[in-house]
Amino acid sequence: MSADLLVPILSGTVVAATPLIYAATGELVTERSGVVNLGVEGMMLIGTVTAFAAAFAGYPPIVAGLAAAGAGALASLVFAVLALSLATNQYAAGLALTILGSGLSAFIGHDFGGASLKAITKLHLPVLSDLPVVGPVLFAHDPMTYLALALVAAVWWFLYRTKAGLVVRIVGEAPGSAHAIGYPVIAIRYAATAFGGAMAGLGGAYLALAYTPLWVENMTAGRGWIALALVVFAAWRPWRILIGAWLFGGVTVLQLFAQGIGIKVPSELLSALPYVATIAVLVAISRNPQTLRLNAPASLGKSFTAQG
Amino acid sequence: MTAPPYRLELRGITKRYPGIVANDDVSLAVKPGEIHAVLGENGAGKSTLMKIIYGAAEADAGTILWNGEPVTIANPAAARRLGIGMVYQHFSLFESVTVVENIAVATPGKFDLGALSARVRELSQRYGLPVDPGRLLHHLSVGERQRVEIIRCLLQDPKLLILDEPTSVLTPQAVRSLFAVLRKLVAEGCSILYISHKLDEIRELCDSATILRAGRVSGTANPRTASNSDLARLMVGNELPDIHRDPVPHAPKARLEAIGLSAKSDDPFGTDLETVSLTVHGGEIFGIAGVSGNGQAELLSLLSGERPAGADMVQLDGKPVGDLTVAARRARGLAFVPEERLGRGAVPAMSLADNTLLTAHAAGMIRRGLIDRQRVVGFADAVIARFGVKATGPAAIARSLSGGNLQKLIVGREISLKPHVLIVSQPTWGVDVAAAAFIRQSLIDLSRQGAAVLVISEELEELFQICDRIAVIYQGRLSPARARAATNVEEVGLLMAGVGPSFRPAA
Amino acid sequence: MRIVLEPRPAPLPLMRIGAPIIALALTAIASSILFAALGLNPVKTLRIFFIDPLSTANGISEWLLKASPLILIGLGITIGIRANVWNIGAEGMFTIGAIAAGWLAITFGGGNHAWLLPAMIVAGALGGIAWAAIPAFLKVKANANEILVTLMLNYVASLLLSYLVNGPMQDPEGMNYPQTAPFDPSAMFPPLFDGMRINGSIFITAIAVVLAWLFLERSFTGFQMSVGGAAPAAARYAGFVQSRSVWIGLLVSGATAGLAGMMEAAGPLGQLTPVLSPGYGFAAIIVAFVGRLTPIGVVFGGLLLSLLYLGGEAVQMTLSLPASVTRTFQGMLLFFLLAADVLILYRIRIRSRA
Repeated sequence: MSADLLVPILSGTVVAATPLIYAATGELVTERSGVVNLGVEGMMLIGTVTAFAAAFAGYPPIVAGLAAAGAGALASLVFAVLALSLATNQYAAGLALTILGSGLSAFIGHDFGGASLKAITKLHLPVLSDLPVVGPVLFAHDPMTYLALALVAAVWWFLYRTKAGLVVRIVGEAPGSAHAIGYPVIAIRYAATAFGGAMAGLGGAYLALAYTPLWVENMTAGRGWIALALVVFAAWRPWRILIGAWLFGGVTVLQLFAQGIGIKVPSELLSALPYVATIAVLVAISRNPQTLRLNAPASLGKSFTAQG
Repeated sequence: MTAPPYRLELRGITKRYPGIVANDDVSLAVKPGEIHAVLGENGAGKSTLMKIIYGAAEADAGTILWNGEPVTIANPAAARRLGIGMVYQHFSLFESVTVVENIAVATPGKFDLGALSARVRELSQRYGLPVDPGRLLHHLSVGERQRVEIIRCLLQDPKLLILDEPTSVLTPQAVRSLFAVLRKLVAEGCSILYISHKLDEIRELCDSATILRAGRVSGTANPRTASNSDLARLMVGNELPDIHRDPVPHAPKARLEAIGLSAKSDDPFGTDLETVSLTVHGGEIFGIAGVSGNGQAELLSLLSGERPAGADMVQLDGKPVGDLTVAARRARGLAFVPEERLGRGAVPAMSLADNTLLTAHAAGMIRRGLIDRQRVVGFADAVIARFGVKATGPAAIARSLSGGNLQKLIVGREISLKPHVLIVSQPTWGVDVAAAAFIRQSLIDLSRQGAAVLVISEELEELFQICDRIAVIYQGRLSPARARAATNVEEVGLLMAGVGPSFRPAA
Repeated sequence: MRIVLEPRPAPLPLMRIGAPIIALALTAIASSILFAALGLNPVKTLRIFFIDPLSTANGISEWLLKASPLILIGLGITIGIRANVWNIGAEGMFTIGAIAAGWLAITFGGGNHAWLLPAMIVAGALGGIAWAAIPAFLKVKANANEILVTLMLNYVASLLLSYLVNGPMQDPEGMNYPQTAPFDPSAMFPPLFDGMRINGSIFITAIAVVLAWLFLERSFTGFQMSVGGAAPAAARYAGFVQSRSVWIGLLVSGATAGLAGMMEAAGPLGQLTPVLSPGYGFAAIIVAFVGRLTPIGVVFGGLLLSLLYLGGEAVQMTLSLPASVTRTFQGMLLFFLLAADVLILYRIRIRSRA
């Protein structure tokens, strides 16, 4: 493959992976605390509409991004009240959040129909950005792309190198024991859930501000769900999120290019590839039950109510 | 300033849970450097009381005095700051992280695993509690895990250490070394609250005792001088019920056989089974002793059919069944009582009637695929009446029953199926004394009617009370069976620790 | 001060029925606030939303017409959730059912065959079953999470439909619109009343309600599935085969969703277009919860959710609110319902801490 095709494909892969990295890394922290929030798609959508509205109103991207993170966290707290304080079924509460989020984002975004934004500026680093191939692939993206990488590193450091991260992990494994030695299990799960919500909001903001700065309903197109699958694929380990996200980014971009150069496969079927790929990796990683047993947080998805 | 007479004093502690009063006006006092026993049967309120002292539960009324000063213990961290440490019965440890990380989560101060490991090693040397700080917890045996819990407490230099039924998972020999550690601590001025229902241990170890019954203090005693029957009367309210046992009928025939049963555990933290062989005859109770986690779960799943084995490896009444499913083995007269009552032996949210349908459906309860409600309720009624289950009726929700009553229902359900072979795991775990005696008698009666009964238990006392032959499981291997009269607690204890005659497959 | 959940000694059965009513009231209150914030009169808007749609015979016809697929899909989803098998891909199964039936309609529509409609019913159900067999197979054989697989397949089904109505199944005389030719009357359910869209397909739903009731409340297989959902270890202990629950849960919900898709195509739509369902597959999950995971309850749940759709259309037309108001209300309803459900098992106590 020639460089003039390779460069946009690789560069596009990095960009397409970014929203997934945010959403999946956030959900990873949530799940490490023992909570499955199926509302990622809804929180991302709330993030997109918040970021879009803020940017549309003339606020700078950084404000729009922060607002989206805040909105995502707020949305996740609605889930948390149900799933954590009221101990309802986590799947049902997460689905409710996805339904509510997609409704709210379309409702609020109704007036933006077809409106567009100026995408956030890409970095231009002296020398590095101008390197052939490597420059455009690695060193000419917007700041949020790099922030995503920093996020993965930070989450890894947090989970494996700090006491707070260790506490999140033990709460996800045995909340009863964590409670018995005096940790406020519900509060810790709230925090982890809110972090997941904020990151999903940021992932949504990236779509609105950088990826496709043009308002369409349901802009996420299932990315929230793919992020959930990525967490399983990653076996709950931060670095593997990157591999998974790049894989999906690659599939997404490749099928777009395939459509672009007129490969004789209907475009709809090519568009289905990322979803089929998600199923394929889920099957690949789930086939060995030992992998899940050894890596999944032992109390994932189970409600906890403290007696006392 | 003179030292206050008591390190810890409780006055009028009361704690209510919906439907029950767990602690009712409980008072007790522990002197510095004393080992004080809290004695009581299952459900008497011992664990709740300890949780209140440790700040893991909140009393509704009453006062706690620490070195003579009234204190409020809001949470376990506050308890640890005062100098109170707690070793839980089922441990508050985490499988997926290392020993030192398990200790770090309960230790205040800088998060420096290297420095902490050094301190752990030092303490483990000083008290003779060998443990490697870098190992993942799930590789550790139950005894090692208890050491981790104890070291975790000792790191905070406790003035009062609470141990909740610490010996329930230990071999008799490990119990002795635990006692040595505790005596060393006491010599250094630490006080110990020792919770147990085992009279012999308390007599051996403790200086004073407070006895709880149904949430109230029923008396205090000096365990060294009080007689067993005195203590038992304070605990139970009357003498321990007698178990009646007829001799095993002659000319028994083999009803359940395992022949060279080997299997890799499908749990990554489990134990592999190696050529386990056993024969249980009609008319007898065969007991398997062992510290939990030595392959009991794996053996049970292979015998019950939850995991298939080679056809010939498991035989029922002389016919190979090793490759049959649970349902097919049940159809051939196998019944089974698992150790977990809620969630396995019974569905917590379902009625008692539905919970009999769970395994008794073949008793004419299904017609053309539809459930015959009348039959189900009739069967449940009969079990409730015959086994003295205290419940509002067949419509009561399983979750609402006490442990003893639910266990009577489950055991009763399985016995009512008139099984040829009954396998029971931990028949009286967490069950009150009266229900335990009733269940044990029911098992003996069933066996004397010709059924083969296999009991797996961690309680040696129980096994020696009801079994005709006893074998020991250790690291996935089963010792040869001994007639009860030909062995004793000491020998079985050594086998449980892996010491003694080699674990070769029995003939 | 903190909120404490205190388990009730026994569950409060009355709350099982009370919770949806509380949830509906809370949804109405929350939406009133939303309307007021938009500068609308809440009372008037609620009337347009909940009362006006049912004030005419035609309104009732539309109500039942929309309730029918919601109930049908809701029944299937209920059977799955009872066994803790979560099918959130009913949308995709609905689509495939409609495609399978639509293919028959287009291929044999000209011949005025009496067997065509029955054949389409079968094809619709089989289409849904086939689509549901994918996640069932992957769950049983590879332990792949059925929530994620069914959800992904929604997108695949929707893209497949889009491809078909833009390509192989496109109406050659349709001026290149992305749709199939209109179905022949022999491929459609006859209307029950002149001038109204309600048609004979509601009898399929009625039969399904009875069958689902028999299955869940009376059959041993239904009991076994409920045990598997409530306590998987108890099901293994009793010798109930878990993979059977997965197959039944997914295939039954696939069949009902496929049937619903067929009914929609051979009823109000009369052809295939790129978008067939206004989110019935997701709404049916709410139907199942509102219906307390019981077949009779699902009927009421379907009627309620159908009304939300009608109300959403009404405020869209009269007050020009966006269509997404329906989805927002659906989400709120499910939230409030789950919250109110807590009262079945728990008392809520507010405690002050000394």
